[in-house]
Amino acid sequence: MEDQLPILQVVVPLLGALLVALFRERTLAWGIAVVVSWLAAAISAWLLALVVDGNTISYELGGWPREIGIEYRVDLLAAIFLVLVSWIGAVIVTIARQSVASEIDRDRQAWFYTMYLLCVTGLLGIAITGDAFNAFVFLEVSSLSSYALIAFGKDRRALLSAYQYLIMGTIGATMYVIGVGLLYMQTGTLNLGLIAERIGDVESTRSILAALAFIVVGISLKLALFPLHLWLPNAYAYAPSVATIFLAATATKVAVYLLIRYLFSVFDEGFVFGDLPVTETLIALSLAAMFGASAVAVFQTNIKRMLAYSSVGQIGYITLGIAIATTTGLTGGIVHAINHGLIKAAAFTAVAAIVLRTGAVKLTDLEGIGRKMPLTMTAFVIAGLGLIGVPGTVGFVSKWYLIDASVEAGWWWLGFLVVASSLLALLYVGRVVEVAYFRAPKGEVAAAEEAPPLMIAGAWALAAAVIYLGIDTDLTAGIAADAAAELLGTTP
Amino acid sequence: MIPADLFVAALLIPVATAILIPIAGRWPNVREGVTIVGAALQFGMVAALAVEVANGARPSVLVTTILPGLDIGFAVEPLGALFALVAGTLWLANSVYSIGYMRGNSEPRQTTFYLLFAVAIASAMGIAFSGNLFTLFLFYEVLTLATYPLVTHKASPGAMLGGRTYLIVLMSTSIGLLLPAIAITGYLAGTLDFAAGGILEGTASTLVLGALLAAYVFGIGKAAVMPVHFWLPAAMVAPTPVSALLHAVAVVKAGVFTVVKVIVYVFGVGMLATTGAGDWLVYVAGFTVLAASIVALRQTNLKRMLAYSTVSQLSYVVLAAAILVPISVTGAALHIAAHAVSKITLFFAAGSVYTAAHATEIGQLRGIGRRMPWTMVAFAIGAFSMIGIPPTAGFLSKWYMLSGAMEAESWVAVGVIVLSTILNAAYFLPIVWRAFVSPSDGQTPTVRHGEAPLPIVMALTATAIGVVALFFFPGTPFTLAELVGGS
Repeated sequence: MEDQLPILQVVVPLLGALLVALFRERTLAWGIAVVVSWLAAAISAWLLALVVDGNTISYELGGWPREIGIEYRVDLLAAIFLVLVSWIGAVIVTIARQSVASEIDRDRQAWFYTMYLLCVTGLLGIAITGDAFNAFVFLEVSSLSSYALIAFGKDRRALLSAYQYLIMGTIGATMYVIGVGLLYMQTGTLNLGLIAERIGDVESTRSILAALAFIVVGISLKLALFPLHLWLPNAYAYAPSVATIFLAATATKVAVYLLIRYLFSVFDEGFVFGDLPVTETLIALSLAAMFGASAVAVFQTNIKRMLAYSSVGQIGYITLGIAIATTTGLTGGIVHAINHGLIKAAAFTAVAAIVLRTGAVKLTDLEGIGRKMPLTMTAFVIAGLGLIGVPGTVGFVSKWYLIDASVEAGWWWLGFLVVASSLLALLYVGRVVEVAYFRAPKGEVAAAEEAPPLMIAGAWALAAAVIYLGIDTDLTAGIAADAAAELLGTTP
Repeated sequence: MIPADLFVAALLIPVATAILIPIAGRWPNVREGVTIVGAALQFGMVAALAVEVANGARPSVLVTTILPGLDIGFAVEPLGALFALVAGTLWLANSVYSIGYMRGNSEPRQTTFYLLFAVAIASAMGIAFSGNLFTLFLFYEVLTLATYPLVTHKASPGAMLGGRTYLIVLMSTSIGLLLPAIAITGYLAGTLDFAAGGILEGTASTLVLGALLAAYVFGIGKAAVMPVHFWLPAAMVAPTPVSALLHAVAVVKAGVFTVVKVIVYVFGVGMLATTGAGDWLVYVAGFTVLAASIVALRQTNLKRMLAYSTVSQLSYVVLAAAILVPISVTGAALHIAAHAVSKITLFFAAGSVYTAAHATEIGQLRGIGRRMPWTMVAFAIGAFSMIGIPPTAGFLSKWYMLSGAMEAESWVAVGVIVLSTILNAAYFLPIVWRAFVSPSDGQTPTVRHGEAPLPIVMALTATAIGVVALFFFPGTPFTLAELVGGS
């Protein structure tokens, strides 16, 4: 059983998707999705427990050796993202029923859960596979299903957003696969571990440089690195609320995983960050995201778009950590990927609850919501504090690592910029708080009641994690630091 | 109880109170009972703790380690014990006062009000007892967040704007400057723990240390050193008990407490004196003392005048600490206590006048001393203490600051203290004069009124007595202040 865990991690949600598609009954579909998601979550926790001491699990599909077959490979970094995706996925699907029921046509709800599980499958697959082309396949599985998820949105603009995302996502995936093709040409293998072993001989050839460029740009499109983020705000804004929570919390994070995997374990980080101007470029783009996208978030009138732009900004912190490329910096990047996933899941869950009760996403339609849905808004405010990076929340832990890494690297100015940019989060979170608490409820809001218990429980569980993991950081920062040390070959 | 239990109790009692208040929220008398009992217990704890610390106890507790080098831990030293004593004692007086004020003015959302008050006191205790910079920063931020809804309690457009200024100024300074300063300190010193004599000696050039000190002084927005003072007048939209306890005691004192703590326990008085990295602070603080007094002189609204007076008085503390001789540091610590008890008296009086006569402007106070003798006598005592006239607490602290300035031959500081005393007199004495001596000009008593409700009068009388008592019996607070200075 334990030997088969890596394949079960992917197969369980995949079979779940098939089952849901076969039954096509909405409550049953939800039930299957919940069970399957929690099974996947349990498997990922198990895998993490197996690798937490520094072991690596290698699983050869069908018994074919990795030179010719596909290898699944679970190391600490992969396990972290498996846990992130599957646990957040499980929490979200558990609270999804009412929100999905209210936003999606009756006869299409089962398809929604099918796509949801396929998306989970794809994301988990990207994180677990040790094969460059297999990663592409899973990338497409997750992307195609997420286009569908977005297109389920009630708003007609959802179709356009899904189409935009499809075009951009396909360009990204194509670039990625071109890069993989170049790597294959030079090294004769698709296995990431073998590529890493063989790449040293051909490192500075033009083909490898081109491969690196194609792969990095392709993945950057998927992770919405500024200025390749243009698909994201619309996609998040018009997708069904549940799909938004899931995509915001996990989809871009898995792209982050893939980027880290390529930059640090496939290519040699000395080559990438030492010989090429990757650090400078990535820092500049990260800063542009942290300031530019966050500033745009301040001026949004739609709360989902506001959080979407905030996501683009927060991804800037993750890539900043990667760009610094020291153990501390990389730890900060990884830990912020986890923390931001949690924060955004909590925030978007609260938004989903508000949409369920009022149908409103415009700030002007949300006046006084804090008095009508105090429990929901409390969770939102806690998530907001996390975005700002108030000490005692997970947001602080990530920022501390980033500041620490900047100061360590001798870039004090960068440390000041990290904190200065978090003030923009204060502005956009503050806007929501003012609207929610200082205006009298009217219209839909005046008639609104508190969200259903399960949604409150979900939002509170995520908000509690935002606080708890901000104080007890062994599970997040501790493991992330080990993973970073493993990738950089340093001792933690 | 051993000292460690005392301070853990002092941390937990406000938390417990905050939990019980919403449970008792439906029965106002029970709810206020919870607040009073909590505040009384708290007073007992901080008083006992102050005595223990004055006798040499230095309890400490390590709660948890968040990241390597980032601990949540507490360690009580004299300055912290003094700040806790001040905040804890005045919480009790303020709770009595709040009951009279909140009921007298029929304020809405009183349960939330008392709840957040207890949270604010808990954070003030966390700041007072913090054993390292991170713990201090954590509670510093909680204090900002807990007081923001108190500032905006009225939920009016004006309150929202005031609250916006409050939150943005305090958080942008703390996140933008204080946090990086802490990170850099950790990087330079390798530790964030407070230690007698400081932790930064010999770690960086004078220029870097001077810049770091600037990041601290301006990053600690709660200390209201110009130009980051303007959140304080903006916060005056809050109900008066909030202005009284938070913006005369807990919040602003948390600010100057932190500044003094950083000077004494992070930089070290000796290190700053030998390197000269902090010499500029005398000028910045001195400027704030004078400029804020001049602005106060021109105010027509009583609470705003008191706010600017607070800005000025806070910078006395910073100035005294920046003089960097033991006796002036003692003066700084003593002034934290002296100003707190005096300024809370003044705010209590202002709120009393508002509750009974609905007067908010200084011009409306003619002859009011005859209708509200208790209130205005208390106001006069508080005002004397602001100026530094004996026998009040303000005289004592000013004496120490002045002696320190002379000992250090810091003539700038001496000039600032003398000049500002004159300015203080110029804006406080006319109010007292008008209240008692000027004849009513016929326009004032639009409503017939007498004294404010009994809880208000009780509270302001008690604090006024405190102002005088601190002069005659400085006792434990004085011992603690001396220990801070190390003289």
